[in-house]
Amino acid sequence: MTTSNTPLLKVDDLRTYFHTRNGVVKAVDGISFHVNRGETLGIVGESGSGKSVSSYTLMRLIPTPPGRIESGSAVFDGMDLLKMPEKDLRKVRGNRVTMIFQDPMTCLNPYLRVGEQLMEPLLIHKGLSRDDARKRAIRALEEVGIQGAASRVNHYPHEFSGGMRQRVMIAMALITEPELLIADEPTTALDVTVQAQILDLIKKLQREKGTAVVFITHDLGVISGMADRVLVMYAGRAVETGVTRDVFYHPQHPYTQALIDSIPASHAPGEELFTIKGLPPDVSKPLPGCAFSLRCLHAEEACRSTDARIHELSAGHGSSCLRVHQGSLKVITHRVAHASGQGAHA
Amino acid sequence: MNAQTQNFLEVRDVKTHFPVHQGLIFQKQVGAVRAVDGITLSMRQGEVLGLVGESGCGKSTLGRTIMQIIPPTFGSVMINGQVVSKLSAGDLKRARREFQMIFQDPYASLNPRMTVFDTLAEPLLFHGLATKSEVTEKVSELMREVGLAPRFMKKYPHEFSGGQRQRIAIARALALQPKLIIADEPVSALDVSIQSQILNLLVDLTKRRNLTMIFISHDLGVVKHISDRVAVMYLGKIVELAETKALFAHPRHPYTRALLSAVPLPDPDKEKARTRILLEGDPPSPMNPPQGCRFHPRCSYMKDACKASEPELESAAPGHEVACLRHQEI
Repeated sequence: MTTSNTPLLKVDDLRTYFHTRNGVVKAVDGISFHVNRGETLGIVGESGSGKSVSSYTLMRLIPTPPGRIESGSAVFDGMDLLKMPEKDLRKVRGNRVTMIFQDPMTCLNPYLRVGEQLMEPLLIHKGLSRDDARKRAIRALEEVGIQGAASRVNHYPHEFSGGMRQRVMIAMALITEPELLIADEPTTALDVTVQAQILDLIKKLQREKGTAVVFITHDLGVISGMADRVLVMYAGRAVETGVTRDVFYHPQHPYTQALIDSIPASHAPGEELFTIKGLPPDVSKPLPGCAFSLRCLHAEEACRSTDARIHELSAGHGSSCLRVHQGSLKVITHRVAHASGQGAHA
Repeated sequence: MNAQTQNFLEVRDVKTHFPVHQGLIFQKQVGAVRAVDGITLSMRQGEVLGLVGESGCGKSTLGRTIMQIIPPTFGSVMINGQVVSKLSAGDLKRARREFQMIFQDPYASLNPRMTVFDTLAEPLLFHGLATKSEVTEKVSELMREVGLAPRFMKKYPHEFSGGQRQRIAIARALALQPKLIIADEPVSALDVSIQSQILNLLVDLTKRRNLTMIFISHDLGVVKHISDRVAVMYLGKIVELAETKALFAHPRHPYTRALLSAVPLPDPDKEKARTRILLEGDPPSPMNPPQGCRFHPRCSYMKDACKASEPELESAAPGHEVACLRHQEI
């Protein structure tokens, strides 16, 4: 057992590559992070940044081949999830570490009643009798706010709406009372009002049960309300990590700043939005130096050749930007620039 | 332009119903999905109207009905003084020059077998806006206007990224110099950094060309940014219509309030401080909308009168219309 100050999950130098006919796609290329008990770590990034592949890697759900975990460790409660034998992993996965996927329609078995699917982990991991498991399944549905749970357990997934299915998925992920929940874009397919219900539910259950959550999303709004700490990913690499408030209000990487400034909420209506020039890089090609340097407004020669790794700037707040470390660049968001501009006028 | 009508677009009591059939051989109609169920709105030239609502509220169907892609079951649509819902097929083809559409998915809305040149030249040649000799120059001009280098003219859609494809789709919509653009979730499929490029382009184009635009989106942040006025839809009806600033500052309909409070803000302190109005359950089926106010089963201000009669849009303040019996009390 671990002591209280070691993190629940510690990931070091994780690399997952896909060996395809067109070359090696470095989907995740050396990321490190940790999750403490009961806290929420938000992982943000655009499509192709490797955030989902990271989570699939932790659950060892990467199709091999073509995928391969090249290096790294993911220590959960003293056990390395990436190296432990499949037999032992099965006792952890779906029991102590569980996952919610983005699309609840494709992740529920359409042929099985939801009750059966909810009971399965209890029968396998907890050794409950069918009767007890069924009672527990009904209670789990009640906990996620599904009315008439006693009869709803006998329904098939197609008889539920999108929001309800996502509730079933959450009930299923939490039924074994896991210590760690990985939520991969759990609300992206849902409408805002339903999203608000689901986010509220995850927060409530997390508070009650002390579950740690890794919350993966591309939506900065969702992250700002959910996460205690944030990890920003770009092209398979981590570019910034820190407490949510620090990352949002004082970003220390030009990519984080660009991401925040690209959203309309950072601007007055109709005002020209900040844009990032160019396109995300092709991760199957070698990317020397900082992966963002090709699109970065502040990049210098050294950025394209020096390996960029996260270095801590202040307690718990790290950035991979070379120029920020050297002190030759101060990252300022539009909002801050605007506020100080107004201050000068007043 | 017609001197009698000031409004560029007039939608009058439009209803679009999709019949639902049952039975394999002797199909009989058992009901109808009332996707759009009585919408009246008007727009000035050069105005951008945001149309928001959750999936299934009928916002896309309304856009397509105005475009005459789906003919309305009832009611009329008048664009620039011409009643387009009454036109013959041939006249409609000619009239379509005036109003064009941009779709959500730039992967599905471009023909994969046509080069950018083919895609952009086709409407120009069809409507006689360019001769064979001038068409290359016109296509280059269009491409430059949407921020694409003309040297990519001979490339196919699969050679472009999502954002670039959306630029091609925008260029195609602009080719005929339309006066009205209906953009159906044009940035929803794009990443934030690409989304901001396309939004800047759309803001710029509407100003430069004095375009009238209906911007359909479920993303309230984007709608707030681009629109002059906003219409909120719920189950086939407009529940609130107001200037963007007024709507976001003082939403009057309980549904609008809930919708606005549900939008996550990219600001941790504000997120922590705000209180959410959580709605119960899911929107009901548009096949069988609730009696009376359609929102009453989920509304926390509901009283008996709301079940009995369906509220019509009425003016709550200058330029601010709301369809709620109790809007003055709440």
